[in-house]
Amino acid sequence: MIAPEHKPTDLIAVNLNGAEVEVPEGINVVEAAALHGSEVPHYCYHPKLSVAGNCRMCLVEMGTPIRDRSSGELILEEDGSPKIGWVPKPVIGCATTVTPGMHIRTESPLVSECREGIMEFLLVNHPLDCPICDQAGECSLQEFATDYGRGYSRYVERKNVKPKRTRLGPRVTLDDERCILCSRCIRFCQEVAKDDVLGFVDRGSFSTLTCFPGKELSNNYSLNTVDLCPVGALTSTDFRFKMRVWFLKETPGICTESSAGCNTLVSSREGVVQRITPRRNDRVNDAWMTDSGRELYKAVKSENRILRPSVNGMDHTMDGAIAQAVELLAGRKIGVVASCRSTVEEQFLVKRLADCLSAKVFLRGHFGADDGILLSSDRTPNLRGALAVDLFDLYPSDHLKDLNEDLAAGNLDGLLVMGEDLVDAGVSEVNLAKAPVVFLGAHHNGTSRSAAVVLPGLSVFEKAGSFINRSFFLQGFESAVPGPVGLRPEWKTLSSIFESISGESLALNDLRSLWELISEDGDSVLAGIKFSDLAGKSFQINGERWSHLPFVERQALHFEPLSSEP
Amino acid sequence: MNARTDTPTERRIILRHADDPNYSNRIQCYLREGGYETLKKAFSMKPEEVGEEVLKSGVRGRGGAGFPAGMKWKFLDRKSGKPIYLICNADESEPGTFKDRQIIYKDPHQLIEGMMISAYAIQAKQAFIYVRAEFHEGARILDRAILEAKERGYCGDNVLGSGYGCDIVVHRGAGAYICGEETGLIESLEGKRPNPRIKPPYFPAVLGLYHCPTIVNNVETLCNVRHVIEMGGDAFARIGKPNNTGTRIWCVSGQVMKPGYYEFECGALTLGQMIFEVCGGLRPGRSLKAVIPGGSSAKVLRADERFTGTHKDGTDYDWGLEDVPLDFDGPMAAGSMSGSGGIIVMDDTVDVVEAMANVNAFYAHESCGQCTPCREGSLWMRKITQRMCSGEARPEDPDLLLSIARQIEGRTICAFGEAAAWPTQSFVSKFKEEFVRKSSASPEPRNEKSPQLI
Repeated sequence: MIAPEHKPTDLIAVNLNGAEVEVPEGINVVEAAALHGSEVPHYCYHPKLSVAGNCRMCLVEMGTPIRDRSSGELILEEDGSPKIGWVPKPVIGCATTVTPGMHIRTESPLVSECREGIMEFLLVNHPLDCPICDQAGECSLQEFATDYGRGYSRYVERKNVKPKRTRLGPRVTLDDERCILCSRCIRFCQEVAKDDVLGFVDRGSFSTLTCFPGKELSNNYSLNTVDLCPVGALTSTDFRFKMRVWFLKETPGICTESSAGCNTLVSSREGVVQRITPRRNDRVNDAWMTDSGRELYKAVKSENRILRPSVNGMDHTMDGAIAQAVELLAGRKIGVVASCRSTVEEQFLVKRLADCLSAKVFLRGHFGADDGILLSSDRTPNLRGALAVDLFDLYPSDHLKDLNEDLAAGNLDGLLVMGEDLVDAGVSEVNLAKAPVVFLGAHHNGTSRSAAVVLPGLSVFEKAGSFINRSFFLQGFESAVPGPVGLRPEWKTLSSIFESISGESLALNDLRSLWELISEDGDSVLAGIKFSDLAGKSFQINGERWSHLPFVERQALHFEPLSSEP
Repeated sequence: MNARTDTPTERRIILRHADDPNYSNRIQCYLREGGYETLKKAFSMKPEEVGEEVLKSGVRGRGGAGFPAGMKWKFLDRKSGKPIYLICNADESEPGTFKDRQIIYKDPHQLIEGMMISAYAIQAKQAFIYVRAEFHEGARILDRAILEAKERGYCGDNVLGSGYGCDIVVHRGAGAYICGEETGLIESLEGKRPNPRIKPPYFPAVLGLYHCPTIVNNVETLCNVRHVIEMGGDAFARIGKPNNTGTRIWCVSGQVMKPGYYEFECGALTLGQMIFEVCGGLRPGRSLKAVIPGGSSAKVLRADERFTGTHKDGTDYDWGLEDVPLDFDGPMAAGSMSGSGGIIVMDDTVDVVEAMANVNAFYAHESCGQCTPCREGSLWMRKITQRMCSGEARPEDPDLLLSIARQIEGRTICAFGEAAAWPTQSFVSKFKEEFVRKSSASPEPRNEKSPQLI
């Protein structure tokens, strides 16, 4: 029966295709139907943008119970069910909010006919160049044409001709003929990127998307318009014509560009990363990420990648190099330079190793301008991870002044550096020369080139792990591509060094067993967490105990600063 | 022909001075003829009382939809506390319609007085006249008239010393048919592309101009408000017929001897009387073929059609085309609409396929392109009818046209979808034989193509 009164959970009862179902109050018909397994196809509607209602693909039949005008009571049918007043025309599901007792038909002859009609209209002036279109394989037009289309064309007229390659900005190229004028990209630029540069010109079927005079689509979120585009109109200039998407393997990743921790999908083929796209997370990045974050995969093949272990500049075997490192580190006054770019797992092992060596720990931060959306001023993915594993209890700076002083004073006999460049962080080369360096990282820099022992690590795309973002969400990511031959992830190298120095076996087989160790400590904010909890999820960590630290991030998308001090 | 043989006479209320050689569009003329006296009367009443009179008069919107103006005002959201705006829709762009133009060019003060009364009734903070881009001179006339009215305290701050003030701004339109659509007009007035808004949630009375409650009325409607207040709602309601009160200006164009604008009481004459008596009939030797009764988006009526049915009051009717009464409900009962009052007459020399192609060309050109069915459907229909007229008609084209029109109707954001679909639906279904004949007359029938995969 219809239950008009609100339940504590704010669920309301609606009738979907004849079945009584419960849906949350305030959502629209497209979302409500999706919750109960009925797809309402749509192009212009996007859950994270305002409703435009222009594609008309989500037309459904809708009716509400009729009430007596004077008494306000429901008018009943003969069988006792409420009499439904069906709206004579189909309504768009995206702009129709569910109300208690609403009746919705997403599967009816009229709805099917509407969808057939809209599909036909969308295709009459579409170039049908799927064989050369990047969107093929992930194209709503293709999908809905097969699911809801008529299957053949009645169109014998000439198709409209429009420009095929318009440069909208440095990273986005427009194929006008494919555009279905859904305006998602325009709304994205206005509402999310806050850079209102796109608009339509001309009328009717000849309307085209364009940048306003003198403007270009160059903001750091421009590639999101490519993801948003339901068809192949907006294409990434970087990815254009490079790869058929059905060959791509998609792996959940976390963007390492800043502490925003955007959830990503890393697409790769045959061990090569081809592109990075955002993965929807309504608590972190909605469905967006920065353009600059998408470029980071290029570091995998970068020229300064460390591909072989070396000792004093000579190539070495991995095990031999580790043995050399142990020899350099054991029994000396060691400084450990940890990194906010390491994973939680690596930071945990660095902490163990530092404790075992009674080493002094330095942590380097990286900072930049905050765009108030998804690029935060903390340009590392895991500063809070270092706090959570108790590696560091101050707020890091990008200047390692203390380390420079300790080296100058001769307080340190050796350094273990986790990928950071000390020269860049203000340590003078003279001071650096005073202590031998064991360097563990994926890319060469000023420090690695003069290091005594260089142990290669893996890039973030080649390993699994987790980061804690600016909102203290612990987020796991998986290995998308295999690393270069013979290289092993940092956690394995770190545990080997630890085991050799301490003589204690950690018995680590994989990250799961490592997480058993991490979550062992009842006082830790990470207590009780299993590695399996992290797969593709955001796990909220309680960050209150660090609220006194001067976190630099300012208010942004889904982020409220813990402390107001800069 | 109807039994009535006496030639009905015009009753000019709105166009009282339209053709008076001694009358100009200056305020002196208007004041001489008793202008702005009604404004004083309205300001002696409470705003709600003015609204009540308009409701009582039953005056229906003259823009096309025929919705009662007083009722429209009642829908205003007054609880939000946001300012209320009044917009005069002077974007007269329905093909076959030229009534508002007469008012603006010849008697602008009548409109201004009607607007000020309406603004007072709904307590508008600001009023706009959205004037069709092509009315260059009209916009200048309105600007001057507003200035004249302001100088004498009939407009602007503190009207007639009442403490109530409302300014009228003339906004030049963007030169597109869609700018005449209520919500498209509002978007255009806001400085944007005139893409009509989705309803819900953007009902102008709640979320109109700048997301504030807004009333959009046609020029003729606002002029009628002045006369409603002058003679009182009840007296106004006695003009015309019940539910079809007041006079209407009919714009007759096409193949009649005397095309032009004619103002009659609603229901005072039939379509036949209008064509054959008022407009002097058809040209010699011609016979009537079809009439579009309410602007090009209304469904066409065929000369030899019979319109039968039952009125709301239970009486039956059986009309030929010439018997259709000219009011709001008459053309509606005949399956079309009185729309904006643009009567387009076609005689037997007209090729209906070409007429259809002409109408389709208009709608394809004027579709704003926002929503799919109208954007693609209107152009597709244009391409088909254009092809049919250039000797490449196919036998299946008439049915295809009907199918496309059906795919547009009722599925668009604004009423433009119907406006584009109804002509096609009516032309093709009522003159199917002519459309079919086109294909057999095509010198080179287009090759049957096997269905293409899309």
